[in-house]
Amino acid sequence: MTTTAILASVAEDVSDTNDPMSINVLLLLVMGVLFATGIYLLLERSLTRVLLGIILVGNAVNLLIVIAGGPAGLAPLYEKDIPPEEYADPLPQALVLTAIVITFAVTAFMLALIYRSWVIAKRDEVVDDDEDLRIAEKGHFDVEEDAEVAADTSEFTQDDVDAKGARP
Amino acid sequence: MIHTVLAFLASVAPVAVALPIFGAALAFVLRRNPRAQRIITIGALSLTLLFEISLLASAATHGTQAVQLGGWEAPFGISMVVDEFSALMLVVSTAVSLAVLVYATAQGIADGDEDGPISIFHPTYLVLVAGISNAFLAGDLFNLYVGFEILLTASYVLLTLGGTAPRIRAGITYVVVSVVSSVLFLIAIGMIYAATGTVNMADLGLKLGELAPGLQMVLHLMLLVAFGVKAAVFPLSFWLPDSYPTAPAPVTAVFAGLLTKVGVYAMVRTETLLFPGDRINTLLMIVALLTMLVGILGAIAQQDIKRLLSFTLTSHIGYMVFGLGVGNVAALGATVYYVAHHIIVQTSLFLVTGLIERRAGSSSVDRLGSLAKLSPLLAILFFVPAMNLAGIPPFSGFLGKLGLMQGGVSLGTPVAWILLAGAVVTSLLTLLAVARVWNRAFWRRAEDAEDPHPQLLASLAEEDGTTAVATRRRTLPATMVGATAALVALGVALTVFAGPLFEFSDQAARHMYERTPYIEAVLGPDAFEGYVPDPRSPEFVGGEGP
Repeated sequence: MTTTAILASVAEDVSDTNDPMSINVLLLLVMGVLFATGIYLLLERSLTRVLLGIILVGNAVNLLIVIAGGPAGLAPLYEKDIPPEEYADPLPQALVLTAIVITFAVTAFMLALIYRSWVIAKRDEVVDDDEDLRIAEKGHFDVEEDAEVAADTSEFTQDDVDAKGARP
Repeated sequence: MIHTVLAFLASVAPVAVALPIFGAALAFVLRRNPRAQRIITIGALSLTLLFEISLLASAATHGTQAVQLGGWEAPFGISMVVDEFSALMLVVSTAVSLAVLVYATAQGIADGDEDGPISIFHPTYLVLVAGISNAFLAGDLFNLYVGFEILLTASYVLLTLGGTAPRIRAGITYVVVSVVSSVLFLIAIGMIYAATGTVNMADLGLKLGELAPGLQMVLHLMLLVAFGVKAAVFPLSFWLPDSYPTAPAPVTAVFAGLLTKVGVYAMVRTETLLFPGDRINTLLMIVALLTMLVGILGAIAQQDIKRLLSFTLTSHIGYMVFGLGVGNVAALGATVYYVAHHIIVQTSLFLVTGLIERRAGSSSVDRLGSLAKLSPLLAILFFVPAMNLAGIPPFSGFLGKLGLMQGGVSLGTPVAWILLAGAVVTSLLTLLAVARVWNRAFWRRAEDAEDPHPQLLASLAEEDGTTAVATRRRTLPATMVGATAALVALGVALTVFAGPLFEFSDQAARHMYERTPYIEAVLGPDAFEGYVPDPRSPEFVGGEGP
C-alpha cells in the first residue's frame, strides 16, 4: 500500500467517528507542510520569497484555527429541530475571515514595498544596516575616550593661575 | 449626578476607538484640503483625550467596568473593559499622541510640504491611535489581535512615508518581524481556542486554570513570545534600533513612546489575568536583566542620538519586565507607573532630537557641538527628560525605579538581588550614555567636533553676528518647541503628582492580581461559581510588598 493510500484510509477512519475530539489528519498534514515550507521561505534573503513565506504561513494559521473549531457540521443557521452538536462552530470561521482580510492587506503592502525597493535599488534582497556595519567594523580604540589623559587637565594655563593668585 | 454621568461614559467606552476612526475617514476624504485635515485630526484627538480623561475618572471612582458590544452576552460577544490600568494607558497614550501630532503639524506647515504624500499622514496617524486604544480596551484575545493589526498596519505606512531608500530598507525589516510576531500570536489564539473553546479574556482567566499544567505552560510561553517581539524584549529586540530611527522625527517619537508599551500592556494582562501564578517569574527576571544590560551596552556604542535613544528604549523595557517578574503588588504598581513615565519621557527625548536635527542639521554627536550656546532652551528641553530617563532624583524615573527596587527587595531571592544590581548598573550606564550626548552635542565647542555639520556652523556664525550672509537656516517654529515643552512638563508633573499616582497604580496592580473585579465585571457577579483550577497549577499567593 502506498503512503497516500494509507493516509487516505487513516483520514477516512478518523472522519468516520463522531467523536468531537477527533481531528482530520489530512488537514493537519497540509497545515504542517504549509508551516514547514512557509518558515523555510521566511528565512530566505530574497524579499519575494519572504513574501511567499508569509502567505503560506498565514494560510497555515488559518487552517489551524479551522481545525481548532472541531469536526465539520451543518451550516450554523438556527433551526429548532436540529440538536446543537450537529452545527459547525461558527466562531473560528469568523476569526479566519478576519485573519484572511488582514493577511491580504499586509501582502498588498509588502508587494508595494518590494516594488519600491526594486525601483530604487534594482535589488530584491534584505540589505545590511549601515550603522550596524559601522559599529561592527569600528576598532576598540576610541580617540576621545581611550586616549592617554594628559597630566594637566586644567583649561587654565599656569599664567592664569599666577595672575589670579597675585590679585589681592 | 456626576456619578451617573461617569457611569454612562464608561458604558460607551468604544467611543475612544470610534472617534479617531471617524476622524481618519473624514480626514482622508478631505485630503485635498490640508487646513481642514489638520483641524479635524487635532479636534478628533482632543475630543478623544477629553473622553478618556473622563473614563479614567470613572475607573478611579467606579472600578472596573465592561461593555458588551452589540448587547451580546459576555463569553459569546465582544467585550471591552475599562479598568485602572487600561484607562491610565489610554489617557497617557492619547495625550502623548496629541502633543506629537501638534509637533508634526507645525513641522509640516513650517516646511511648506502642504501636499504630496504627506496628505495621508493625518488619517493614518488617527488610525494608529484607534488601534492603540482598541488594544488597551480589548477584553477579548482576538480583538486584542485586531487592535495590534490596526496599529501595525498604520505604523507600516507611517514608517515608510515618502518611500526613500533607507525607509524602505528599515520598513521591510519592520514589516516582516511584525508579521511573524502576529502569526505567532494568531497561532496561540488558535491553540487556546482549541483547548478552551473561548477567546474572551475573563472567561479564559477561569478556563485556562483548569487545563493541565504542561499545556498551560505551552500556551503561556507562546503568548509571551508573540508579545515579547512587539515589546522588544531581549532576545527579540534586535529589529527595533534598525527600523525606528529612519522614520520622520515625530513618527519615531510616537512609535518609541507607544508601540512597545502596547506589547508590555499585553504581557501584563497575560501574567495577571490569563496565567496568574509565579511559574515563570524567574525566567522573566533573567530576561529582564539581559534586556536591560544588552540594550544599554548597545546604546553606549552609538554616535547617532536617535539610535542611542532606540537602544535605551529597549533597555528600559527591561525595567517593566522586571516588575512583572518580581510579581508582587509593589513591583507591578511601580511597573504601571514606570510605563506611564517611560512613554512620556522617551517621546519627549525623540521630539527634542528632532528639534536638534532641525537646528543643527544632524543628529550624530560627531557632527554636533556648542548647542547649549546656540539654543539654551533646547538644552533645557534635552537635559530635563535625559536626567529623568537616567533616574536622577527627584524625577519620576527615579521614583519608578525606586518602587521597582522596593518590590525586588521584598521578594528577596538571589535572582532578585542580582536583578537589583543589574537595574542599578543599567541606570548608571543610561546616565553615562545621555551625559555623553550632553557633553559632546551641547557642552563642547563646535570647532572640537570631529566633523561639524555646515548648517550648525552657519547657525553659530549667524548667532555671533560674524556673518551677514543669510544661510539656509531652519528656525524652530514656536509650536514645535511648545509641543515638546508641554511633554517635558508632563514628565515633570509625574514627579509632582507622584503620591496620588502611585496610590492609583498600586490600586490598579492590586485589582489586577485579585482578578475578581475584572472577571466579575465581564461575566457577572457569580462568575466564580463552579471554578475548580487544576490542583497542580500554581495559584498566586499574593504579597502586599513593603
